[in-house]
Order: sequence, then structure tokens, then C-alpha cells
Amino acid sequence: MKDRSQTRVVVGMSGGVDSSVVAYLLKQQGYDVVGVFMKNWDDKKDSGVCTATEDYEDVAKVANKIGIPYYSVNFEKEYWDNVFTYFLDEYKRGRTPNPDVMCNKEVKFKAFLDYAMQLDADYIAMGHYAQLRRDQDGTVHLLRGADSNKDQTYFLSQLSQRQLKKAMFPIGNMQKKDVRRIAEEAGLATAKKKDSTGVCFIGERNFSKFLNEFLPAKSGKMMTIDGKIKGDHYGLMNYTIGQRRGLGIGGNGQSNDPWFVIGKDLEKNILYVGQGYHNEHLYADSLDGSNANFIAPIDDKGTEFHCTAKFRYRQKDTGVHVSLDADKVRVEFDQPVRAITPGQEVVFYDGEVCLGSATIDHAYQKTRVLQYV
Amino acid sequence: MKHIYLDNAATTPMARPVVDTMNKMMLDVYGNASSTHYFGRKARSVLDDSRHVIAQSVNARKDDEIVFTSGGTESDNTAIIETALARKSVGRHVITTAVEHEAVLKSMEYLETLGYEVTYLPVNEKGRISLDDLKNALREDTILVSIMSGNNEVGSRMPIHEIGQIVAATNAWFHTDAVQAYGLVDIDVQKDKIDLLSTSAHKLNGPKFLGFLYRRDGLNFASLLKGGDQELKRRAGTENIPAIAGFAEAVKIVDNEEKEARQKKYAGFKQQLISGLQKNKIEVEVNGELASDNLQHVLNLWFKGCSREVLLTNLDLNGIAASAGSACTAGSLEPSHVLMAMYGEDSPRIVESLRFSFGYQNTTTDIEYLIDVLTSIINKLKRSETDGIR
Repeated sequence: MKDRSQTRVVVGMSGGVDSSVVAYLLKQQGYDVVGVFMKNWDDKKDSGVCTATEDYEDVAKVANKIGIPYYSVNFEKEYWDNVFTYFLDEYKRGRTPNPDVMCNKEVKFKAFLDYAMQLDADYIAMGHYAQLRRDQDGTVHLLRGADSNKDQTYFLSQLSQRQLKKAMFPIGNMQKKDVRRIAEEAGLATAKKKDSTGVCFIGERNFSKFLNEFLPAKSGKMMTIDGKIKGDHYGLMNYTIGQRRGLGIGGNGQSNDPWFVIGKDLEKNILYVGQGYHNEHLYADSLDGSNANFIAPIDDKGTEFHCTAKFRYRQKDTGVHVSLDADKVRVEFDQPVRAITPGQEVVFYDGEVCLGSATIDHAYQKTRVLQYV
Repeated sequence: MKHIYLDNAATTPMARPVVDTMNKMMLDVYGNASSTHYFGRKARSVLDDSRHVIAQSVNARKDDEIVFTSGGTESDNTAIIETALARKSVGRHVITTAVEHEAVLKSMEYLETLGYEVTYLPVNEKGRISLDDLKNALREDTILVSIMSGNNEVGSRMPIHEIGQIVAATNAWFHTDAVQAYGLVDIDVQKDKIDLLSTSAHKLNGPKFLGFLYRRDGLNFASLLKGGDQELKRRAGTENIPAIAGFAEAVKIVDNEEKEARQKKYAGFKQQLISGLQKNKIEVEVNGELASDNLQHVLNLWFKGCSREVLLTNLDLNGIAASAGSACTAGSLEPSHVLMAMYGEDSPRIVESLRFSFGYQNTTTDIEYLIDVLTSIINKLKRSETDGIR
């Protein structure tokens, strides 16, 4: 391996505390560190307030403090073409996409990786809470972040060997509170900066309002599974399976239990609602998925195996039986799971190792397809 | 690492005599030039002497035609906005070009919000306007024509002498942004019939945050800044005497002989760079033209098929400072309005071009190093493209 001072690491700096500490640690370790800020969203495109200026200012402050060069690169086109277009298309199909998964696959570990390679990078480094284990033969395995509360392997599960081979996650073995402590001790400007929440380009804004700027909302009926009309919805895309908020239905049902979204019929433009958090229509016992991606070869497992899975970010794992057919998967759960959402990823784990994922297409209760889209 | 500065159109290093003069002034001449005591008089005397040197440099009729400002931006803003406000009863039409500096273009946009009409003259692929376009655009209610002397991105010169004669025959005043041209080519406000002229000291090895506005005697308009009666009521705020003395020192350095020598030296750099790259089989084309009357310190090159972001960053990582236009507040490069005006919005030149700008401190060795580094960067990029790095 090359001497560290000869090893160039291009750090994706977002202006947040995590990537600031990544850059700081790598510099401390003696690497040739270059900071790059990605500008992925053109704030002139919508009515929101863009935080890119502020974030870039923070990158500049932190990079100067650490003593590394920093640059900004524009991936607005790549983001628009490969992430945002997909995001809108999925919503048009009544599904709930995960743009962060796509952003990693198409922008951070593709456009950005390419760019870094053009700067002679040996590695790129990111502030994700995830870990990498490298075999003797060079095969890379993705492991959960040490801070179980922050683990971000869910969002990295669609990456390939080639993409991860060039990656470093220097804070993946750390707890968030220690990352903040290091930032504070090093006097980094972002030490106390609030973590960003929500989808990167939408930020803290009203999600429905944002979505409606791009997709015309088609209102329709809200009804129970047996056909009782309970009111109007303002566009199916504004609701997700298992959602309680914003339905505006009083307790005029069979009980006083609150109402939840239990299904969508895109063709008829109907939003199905039902009472109770544990409404039986919210529970599935299997799913079909596509776009299956495995980070490292799983030849040893064959096409049928048992492992654990997450169906959304920050959910507890559930035991599952997986059957593979090329890039299609069929996943049977050890016990029923609430609110399986088409468009999200089903992410597979073998202990601490994140095996990969597939995109959820349909959820089933016994043999019945749940009317989720 | 070796560091080579080839971004002299952005700003220049200060010349040693300028620094020496300023140091001396900062220690010895700290009075306020408006004060009536000994210290004030001493400052006033330095101010007068400096103003005289600068007035001579553009062949002003009177020293008082020179008003010191905070730089090119303030000079442009004052000349455009205050002229328009003062002459609104005469007319509300202003003419400029599509390739002006932001300090001019943003002033024009501001006038548009006030109800003024602005005509933006187009340029050809050489970055020059046509005099016929100007003649056709002039109207009875045209109160101001603002056309830059030389362009900061491609170095093209505008026919200032001819423009001056045309505008002088009308009711309009003629302003020229000479920020890039001043100190490098001859400027004669009388011969060229210039009414208003903006400059900046830091483009010719003087201090930053200082410039002047030449305003022909007899033109009346207010100070952009409101305050004291400094500069004969034409620019409020205490004069920065050390910087002004430094500016005068910088102007003294670039006498006619020195200007000519520099233009010749920079033209040589251009030739050296282009032929060196061509010899190394780098596909390169000049944006604009290699005209002998252009500003020779600016060279804008199109590197076919190479991203300007990648080139610029690689150059910086190799110690070479160049430019590829202005950056937005999030640090990413904006498309150049100058190249768009010259080649259309869809031209690949807009995202594949770099600007190199030379200064008196640069040497042929610097250019040689630039050729080597550029060649190795571009060859590597081409190689990785064909190999497929991923």
C-alpha cells in the first residue's frame, strides 16, 4: 500500500458535522485530503430556501481550519436526471420512493466517484455510519455502523463492489456523540450544527407542498375496504401506507380507534383507510421485489436462504426466507410486518453484514396481494 | 509544491514600490485630508499629488475630474445609476453590451426595475460589438451608453475611439468600464470623447478596495454614497490616503513604455502556450481571437471534451491558479454570460473553457510548467476515458 501522504482521499463534504469529522480524521491520519462539496439541487427550480450557500460556507470554514483544499462540484443535472426524475415517476405510480438510496447509487458513488477519480483519488470518503471489511482477495463487505441508532447501510444497500471498493467510511466505527465531541475539540465550525433531516433536496420544508409543485394532485375518495366513503383525499401521492396524520376522519367508525391509510388503488384513485394501528390490512407476511443487488457474491448461500431484513430505515430486523430468481426476489417473513411500502427497499442482513437489497413491488397477506398501489 | 498565479485578471499581486509607498504613508500620513490642521494638510497634499498623477494617466483636462472610489464596482454603479437618476427628465433609455462585467449588468438590471429601458448590444464570435448596431440603437431619449474598454473573460477590445465619436454627436453620455484595460493600453479621455470611466487599482498591482471614476467636468450627478463632502461632494467617505498614494505609485510604473512591453510579453505567453499545447497534440481553440489590439493578458481557451471543473481543480491541485468564470454562492461555476453571448447557450465551450490571465511577475518558465501540467492532466483524463475507470 502507498504511503498515506501519497494516498489521495477525496471527501464528500456536505457542510454537516459527520463529513467534517471525516475530513479532520483523515488529515490527522496523514492522508492527502481534498474536500469536495456537491451541489445537487438548483434552488431556482422551486420556491424553497436552498441551504447550499450556508452549507458551502461551512465546508469552507471547516476545510480551512483543517488545512485542506476544498472545491464545489455541480451535479444538478445528474441528480435531476437520475434521482429526481425517478423520484417523481415512483410517486406517479403511487409508490413511496427512497431518493437517498438512488442518490448514493447514481450521484455520490457514481458521478462524484468519477469526478474524484479524475482528481487522482485513491479513495473517496463519506460521513456515512457504515463500515467496510476487506477480504484478502479485495472483496469488500458492507457492515452496519457501530452506532446502531445511526446505521446508514439501508441507504448504501444498492451499491456495487466496484463502488464500495473505492470508499472509506472513517466514522462508521464511532458513536454519533463521539463524532460531535471530536468536532468540538477540533474547533470545527459544524460541531453544533443541527443534523439535516428529511430528503436532501426538500430539507425541512413541507413535503406535500413541495411534491405538489411538481406533480398535479388529483383528489378523490377516501373509503374503507368494504366501500364506505369516509371523505376526500387530495392526491394519492400525498399518502403513504400506515400513515395516520392528515386524514381528518372523526371517530365515526366501529370504534374510537384512529384511522390509518391501509391501501391505494391508483386506477380508481381511491385511498383506503381503516381503523387501528394494528389494522389487519396493514400486515403482510411476504413480498415481491425487483432490482435485487448483492454487495458481495452470495454464491455460498444459493438461491434460497434465511437471513434478517429491514423494510424501512431504522426498523428492527425481521427474520426472512429469501428466494432469488435473477434480479427478482420473493421474501417470506418469520412473522407479519406492518406497513410494507412499495418503492422502499427491503435490505438483507447476515448478522452485522449488509448483504444487499431489492425494491419492494408488492406485499402479500397469505396469497392475497395487499392493495397498496 | 510550486505555486503559479495565472489569474491576474481577477487581481494582481502588489508591486514592491506600491507596498513601500503605502507602508510609509500608513506610518507618516495618517491625517484626515478634510481636516484643516497640519496633519490634514499633509494628507491633502498627498491626495492632490496622487490625483494629479492619475489624471495625467488618462489625459484628463483637470485633476478634479478624478474621483476616488472603493473600486471598479462602485465606479460603475455610480456612473450608471447616478447618471440615469440625474438625467431622467432627458430620457430613460440606456445602451450597454451583453458582455459587460456584473458591476455594469447588475446596475442595468436595477435601472430596469426603476422603469428605464436598456438595450444590450450583441457581440460576434470575436467578442466585439458592431458600430452599426450601436448607431441603430441610439435614440433621442438615450441618456447613457456604457461599453467596456476590454473584456475580462476573453480580452476583446471594443472600438472605444469610434464609439466615443458616435456618442458625442448625440445627447447621451459615454461611460466605459476600463477596469481590465487601464494600465495596459493607452486611454485618452479627450481623444476618445469619454465622459465617464471606471478603473480599479488592484488590477494593476495596486491595493484592493480602491479605484477611481473619471467624470468629465460639467457632468452633474450625486454621490452614490451619502455622507460627507469629500471629493468635492462627489464621493462621501474619508479618503484612504495610503492606498491612493499606492495607486498613484502603481500608475507611475506603467508608463507608455512599460505598457507596450507588457502587452508584448503577454502576447508572447499566448503564443508560447498555444503552440506548446498544439505541439503536445492537445486539442485547443481560442475563445475570441488572437488580435494584436486585444488585451494581451487574457487568454480564454476551449479544451475540447474536457470539463472545466475537472481541469480547474486538477490545475489547482498541481499549484496552478486559473479561472473558469464566476462561482455561485455555493462555490459551483456559473455558465459564462460572455461565452454564451459569443457562441450561444448550447455551445460546449461554455463548460469546457478556462481563462488564463498573465501578470508582470509571470515568466516563460511558468508557461512551460503550465503546458507540462495541462498536457499530463488532459492526457490522463483522455486515457481514463478510453480505459473506462469504472
